[in-house]
This record gives sequence, C-alpha cells and structure tokens, in this order.
Amino acid sequence: MTTRTPWRRMALVAGLALMATACGGTTKSDVAQQTSAPAAAPASSAAADPNAPIKQGLRIAFLPKQVNNPYFTTANTQGIAATEEFGGEGKEVGPSEASASSQVSYINTLIQQKQDAIVISANDPNAVVPALKQARAAGIKVVSYDSDTAPEGRDIFVNQASAEDLGRTQVQLLAEQIGRKGKIAILSATPNATNQNTWIDFMKDELGKPEYKDMELVKIAYGNDDDQKSFTETQGLLRSYPDLAGIISPTTVGIAAAARYLSDSPHKGKVKLTGLGTPNQLRQFVKDGTIEGFELWNPGDLGYLAGYAAAALASGQITGAEGEKFKAGKLGEYTVGADGEVLLGKPTVFNKDNIDDFDF
Amino acid sequence: MPRDLVRRWEGLIFVLLVAVVLWASVSVDGFANPSNVSFLLLDTTEIALMALTMTLVVVAAEIDLSVASTLGLSCAVLGWLWNAGLPIEAIMPICLLAGALCGALNGLLVTRLGLPSLAVTIGTFALYRGLAYVILGDQAVADLPSAYTGLATQTLGPIPLVTILVAVLAVVAGTVLHATGVGRSIFALGANEEAAYFSGVRVKRIKFWLFVASGACAALASLVYTFRYASARADNGVGLELAVVAAVLLGGVSIFGGRGTLPGVLMAVLLLGVVRNALILADVANEVLNFVTGLLLVASVLAPNLGAAWRRRSSPQKEGKSVS
Repeated sequence: MTTRTPWRRMALVAGLALMATACGGTTKSDVAQQTSAPAAAPASSAAADPNAPIKQGLRIAFLPKQVNNPYFTTANTQGIAATEEFGGEGKEVGPSEASASSQVSYINTLIQQKQDAIVISANDPNAVVPALKQARAAGIKVVSYDSDTAPEGRDIFVNQASAEDLGRTQVQLLAEQIGRKGKIAILSATPNATNQNTWIDFMKDELGKPEYKDMELVKIAYGNDDDQKSFTETQGLLRSYPDLAGIISPTTVGIAAAARYLSDSPHKGKVKLTGLGTPNQLRQFVKDGTIEGFELWNPGDLGYLAGYAAAALASGQITGAEGEKFKAGKLGEYTVGADGEVLLGKPTVFNKDNIDDFDF
Repeated sequence: MPRDLVRRWEGLIFVLLVAVVLWASVSVDGFANPSNVSFLLLDTTEIALMALTMTLVVVAAEIDLSVASTLGLSCAVLGWLWNAGLPIEAIMPICLLAGALCGALNGLLVTRLGLPSLAVTIGTFALYRGLAYVILGDQAVADLPSAYTGLATQTLGPIPLVTILVAVLAVVAGTVLHATGVGRSIFALGANEEAAYFSGVRVKRIKFWLFVASGACAALASLVYTFRYASARADNGVGLELAVVAAVLLGGVSIFGGRGTLPGVLMAVLLLGVVRNALILADVANEVLNFVTGLLLVASVLAPNLGAAWRRRSSPQKEGKSVS
C-alpha cells in the first residue's frame, strides 16, 4: 500500500517541527507582560488652540463598514453635508462587503491621497489599527464613529449613545406611553448578550426610582435575535400576562417581531411597545398605531458630528484630550470626554410626526 | 519560444500589466510612490501564495475551492492555541500541519473515492469555515506578539519581506512545474489522465500531494494574513478563493487542465492587484471595481479558448496535442 507513506512522512515532519519549537518561545502571557506597562499617551505634539479657525479645503474621507448600507448612507450624506458647511471636501469610500480586513486597503489608499482626516466605522477594532497608525504617522487625523477601533488607532471616537442613556430613556419613553402604571416586560436578544444586559441593568435602575413605583417589571423574555423566536416569545408574554401594559424590546429584531405580532392581535394599541429599532423597519407599525414611539440615535447627526470632529482635529482646535471643546455646526458645542470619546447625546425618538423624515 | 511570445496569453497579460502600470503612473495620483508599491504588493501576498499551488492543482485538471476556508480554519487554530497559552513558534508549524491535513482530506476524497474535486472542495469550503467558527466563535484574537506582526508589514526598500517569501516559493513552485519530472507528469495527467496513467505517471499520488501542498500554502497565507492584520478571526479571508481562481485563470491556466505557466499566473495576480489599487486610488466605486474584475475574469476564460480555436484554424499542422 503506497498510501501509507504519505501519512508516515507527514507525522515525521510534524513531530520534528513540534520538537524544534516546543522549547521556549513567545506566549500570550509574555505579550501581556510587555503590554501591561502603561501605554504612552497618543502623541499630541501640538497644543490645542480652541480659537483656531476651521481650515478651508479640508479633505475628509468617510470609510463606513460597508457602502450601500442605508444606515451609513444616511450618516455619510450628513457628514459630507457638514464638510460642505465648513468649506471642505468630503467623500465616502469603502468596501461593498463588511469584512474585517477589507477596509485596510482603503485606508492605505487614503494615505496615498493625503487626505486630511479619515472618519471610520471599524469592522474589526484591531485589524485596521496598523494601517491607521501609519495614517496618523503621515499626519492624517482619525475619527472613529459607530464602531470604535482600538484606542491607539484613532484620535477621537464619536459615540452614538451611552449605554446609560439608552437604558434609561427607553423606560422613560414607555412610562410616558402607559401613564407610569402597570406591568411591563422586556423582550431581549440572548441572555448573555453584553450590550443588552448593560442596557437592562440601567432600565432596572431607572425603574427603581420613586416615580415608577406603580410600574412592575414582570418578565424578561429572550428572543435570541431570531424573528420566529421573538414572535412566539411575544405571544407567550401576552398569554402569561393578559393585563400587560407595555413591552420594551432593546433589539431591532425583537421589536419588529413583537410589532408584527401585536399589529395582528386584539392587543394592538392597548399594549404599548417601544425599544430600539430603525424607521424603515417599523414605519408601517408606527402608522397603523401599533407603536406610538421608539428610539435610536440619529445616524445623520452621528455622521455630521464626526465630520465636524474631524475638521476640529485637522484644524488644531482639539487634539483628542479630555475636556477640549469644539463647535459642531447646528448641533452646538461638544466636549471631548475620557479616552477621546465624544458623545452624540440622547437618542432620537421616532413617532408618526417625524418618521417620514428618515430613510435608514 | 520568444517568437511565440506575443501570441501567447502570457505575453498579452504582460503587455496589459505594463500598459496598466504606465497608465496608472501617469494619470493616477499617488500610484507611482514607493509606499503605494509596498501596499500593493502586501495586498496581493495571500492571493499570490495560494495561487502558486492553485496553479499546479488546476494544471492537473483539478480545483481547490476550500483554500480560503482552510486559511480561516488555520487562523482560528492559531487564535485558539494562542489563547490556550502555547508559544507562537509552536503554533505556526501546527497551523501549517492543520492546513496540510485539510488538503490531505481533500486529496483523499478526490483520489481514493474518485469524487470530483469541484464537489469535494465546495463541501470542505463550508466544512472548514464552519469548523473555524466552532473553534474560535466570533471572537477576534488580537494580542499577537509585535515582533511577528511587525515582520509581516516590514519592507526592504519598497519591497515587503513577505513578498520576498512569495518570490522564493514562486521559484520553487515554478521549478517543480516547469523543470522537473513531477512537473511534466502534472501537465501530462492534466491533459489526459488516462494516457498519463498508462504511461506510468502516479496520478493519484501526485494529485494527493498537490492538495496537501495547496492546504499547507493556504495555512502559510493564513499566518501572513493574521500577522499583517494583527487579528486572528474565523472569518479571515472570506471570499479569497475567488480572487485566487480568478488570478489563475487570468494567468492563462486552462480550467480544463494541462496548460498554463506560473509566470503567467504571477503576472495576473499583479495585474488584478494593480487594477484594484489604481481604481481605488482614482475613487472608482467598489461596484465598478467588482465589475471590472469580473470582466477580466470572463475575458480570461473566453479569450484563450477563442485564441486556441483561431490558432487551430490558422495553423493546424503546428498544433501538437489537443487541449480544452
């Protein structure tokens, strides 16, 4: 049998290779030791001059996770509109598939084009960092928005919403709709989804305040971010608690499935539903009265703010250090927080009066 | 040979490559720039590595569509073992071995069970990628040693070190294919497997080892990929197999086997890389880019066949063996 020899040979090669390398080498803990030393603060060689005017003709590139995605199209259209306001030149470039490394060749290209600033939503917080470091070394300012990169890859992160704001405002929104009274439930994604659980903790904390004493959280259901499962979980909630006053679903999949169930049930309009969703997905349910109002950050404002943050950096108004202030056109003044974060603000509430102004 | 140069597909690719480089140097801002040349070469590394063995596989009238999934699986193994605390110097050979094993499974299914490689590797394409997700889930392992991540983007002048690695392996693969008995056997079995078998070529053994080499090369590409992006993830390199096959076909390797050259494939890898790089620099939208790449691919499959038909008609007596 000649087929035996390949295996024997392969085993031999493998054994030799392992023997050669098993003694000594670099392990995870070695790297952890190296990096546990405090990292040097990002180079901010020049001091910030808050009164510096925004430079004219700034070239700012928006690099979303993926092009032709309505969310990013909305964000970047407003971002480019911002650059036009301050006399700059904005453009959107990016890959058509949201893969981890596809953004890197775009970053390299933007370095060649000598852009003044890059505004990026990272598909992989680490994979883009080597390229972004090169960009920063070449004098290009980097703003991350929507999805942050590892901190050494950018000057500023424009955060769309804080977990605390998202958690508390969803309770406030529902409380308003049900008159601060009655049983409520939460329809979440999975029991171990970090962001969901952070939001839910803030919701519980908000519900502990005296003004919500007549509201009772009876159940947290999990729809696994699966449309069918979320649908049947909603059904189950209303069967177990026929007197339920409202549901909060902090996941776009959950809220859409719950809305679809409610809109075809006798509970429509009686059981209030709110949470995090997108206008395109929930428009029909807002119009038919299933949902009074839901919330999300406004991606247009996010892009607009990121555009101004990029300009402020490139003009030397700010360097990314905590406490620096800059003006962002129609959105007003913003302050850089800890770790170079700029917070967009409270989420936007979408209802039948404003939903047609949004397309994402 | 030289007098045939213009008539050969490789000659055409060479002319096209030179033309595109000249055009881009003159009219695309930032193209003819040492650091852009490094980026361009870096961006083609993994495709080039996998295209080397893919050339041999396709010349042997087989195909390996599982290369990018093998790359992903090897990345996942790397991330998993790294998290488990193994030294990176031990992990790297294990990854290469894992890649070789992936290739060996493909090879066994094709040679021992006689299954068509297209079907087998579409199956393992899903299998290996699925296994990668089982091993590493959706986490990204990023705390890799900077000595290695630095090496992966290190350049010697404008030439990245990994490009030198590609060049060395290209010489090896080129020598095997074009200057050894094994290479002649690969061409022979690609052109006519039965005839090759009856003239003493060890068809199954050669094919088996080609798949093993293909898997190992994909694993090598995974090391470059992981260190270059400093990120080991199960979804690393999704879709790269199409770029590899595109380069091999554009390089003049017949999809039916038995015909093709390694220099042609390397020029095609470069051509696709240059076109992509230049069009992105010129702010051409991604959709147009994909369209252009697709067009080149269709042309590459169509043109050699049209060319062969034309050659047969113009000089029937010169056409030695029947191809395609």
